[in-house]
Amino acid sequence: MIEVRDVTHRYGERTVLSDVDVTLAENRVGIVGANGSGKSTFVRLLNGLVLPSAGRVTVDGLDTRGDGREVRRLVGFCFTDPDAQIVMPTVAEDVAFGLRRRGLSKAEAKARATDALAAYGLADHADHPAHLLSGGQKQLLALTSVLVTEPALLVMDEPTTLLDLRNARMVSGVVAALPQQVVLVTHHLDLLDGFDRVLVFDEGRLVCDDPPDVAVRHYRKLME
Amino acid sequence: MSPLGLYVPGSSVLHRAPAGAKLLVLVAAGLGALWLDEVWQVLVALGVVLVGYGVAGLPIRVAGRQLRPLVWIAAGTAVFHVLVNGWERAFVVVGVLAVLVLLAALVTLTTRTTALVDAVVTACRPLRVLRVDAERVGLMIALGIRCVPVVVGLAQDVRDAQRARGLSASPRAFAVPLIVRSLRHADALGEAMVARGVDD
Repeated sequence: MIEVRDVTHRYGERTVLSDVDVTLAENRVGIVGANGSGKSTFVRLLNGLVLPSAGRVTVDGLDTRGDGREVRRLVGFCFTDPDAQIVMPTVAEDVAFGLRRRGLSKAEAKARATDALAAYGLADHADHPAHLLSGGQKQLLALTSVLVTEPALLVMDEPTTLLDLRNARMVSGVVAALPQQVVLVTHHLDLLDGFDRVLVFDEGRLVCDDPPDVAVRHYRKLME
Repeated sequence: MSPLGLYVPGSSVLHRAPAGAKLLVLVAAGLGALWLDEVWQVLVALGVVLVGYGVAGLPIRVAGRQLRPLVWIAAGTAVFHVLVNGWERAFVVVGVLAVLVLLAALVTLTTRTTALVDAVVTACRPLRVLRVDAERVGLMIALGIRCVPVVVGLAQDVRDAQRARGLSASPRAFAVPLIVRSLRHADALGEAMVARGVDD
């Protein structure tokens, strides 16, 4: 469970989040808002990539300020641009990277990476250079590299923004089948079908926190 | 097929050779190249390296691609030496450069990055007494290799954007957006690495 208590965040003089206080316990939480509304900063607070200027964020009781390492082990993070999160040159090496960083032996990391690649349909690409994959495959690789470390919670910041409709559907299909709690930032509102709850951000404030149909209606009205 | 010296899967004797041994051969060849002084010696060295490509099952065009980034430097060097020292010296200098680039590419083409990194990390471990972080050196090398195609892609995007706007080839108009985009990419990559547990 994620608890965000009275959080305000500033970059220099600019306040990007104001007095956000929310508890996220649902399995599927969507986040929408205009560009610059603070939603990306909000999700970066959830695994300690950004520490709040004021207030407190905890994940399963662990404070992101003091227990950053443990929090990052619990919370997997998937970014918008897969090219910016693929660290190793080949597909299998990238999937094994996170496991090696967590102290697994070469053989263990390789075995788990092989299983993960098979599970997400990338087994045939194991030895391929990552930069030669399609956009959808790259995002799938980025997602696999996160999921192989078995995070309890997955945060995704606009994972389908750079993808065409087919690849966006493929990635959202994978996400829909995950057992983990997922917090998804998106501009693709149809991805929020079946979600438990959607938060709407506007100018750094949480302005709506409702089931998807109500929240999306509120968001559309804001954008008029 | 990788045009950028990145690993090409295979099962040849070179693919199976230990990464550390291949790196040692590369270092030894680099030192040995200091003694290459005659045209025939360079030709023999070139022949040996090209046989290496054959043994690894890599077509000759792959070897040619590895030399492409070298063309301008080689051309400048060759012109200088032809004018100052004659064509034989120019051939030896440019030839040695080509041999070493081809050999280095042969190592990366036949060795998984993780194996290369592991070999470098092992080699750097004794430097711990000098407070050198071997794991970090290995990670740096892996990131360097990974970023080559990324920066090539960014350069292509910038060039395409220039062409689309009808701009003539201007080094400044090319370099500034490329540097800005590369720095942005580095920033995003750093954030992603923290998210994936590097530095924890």
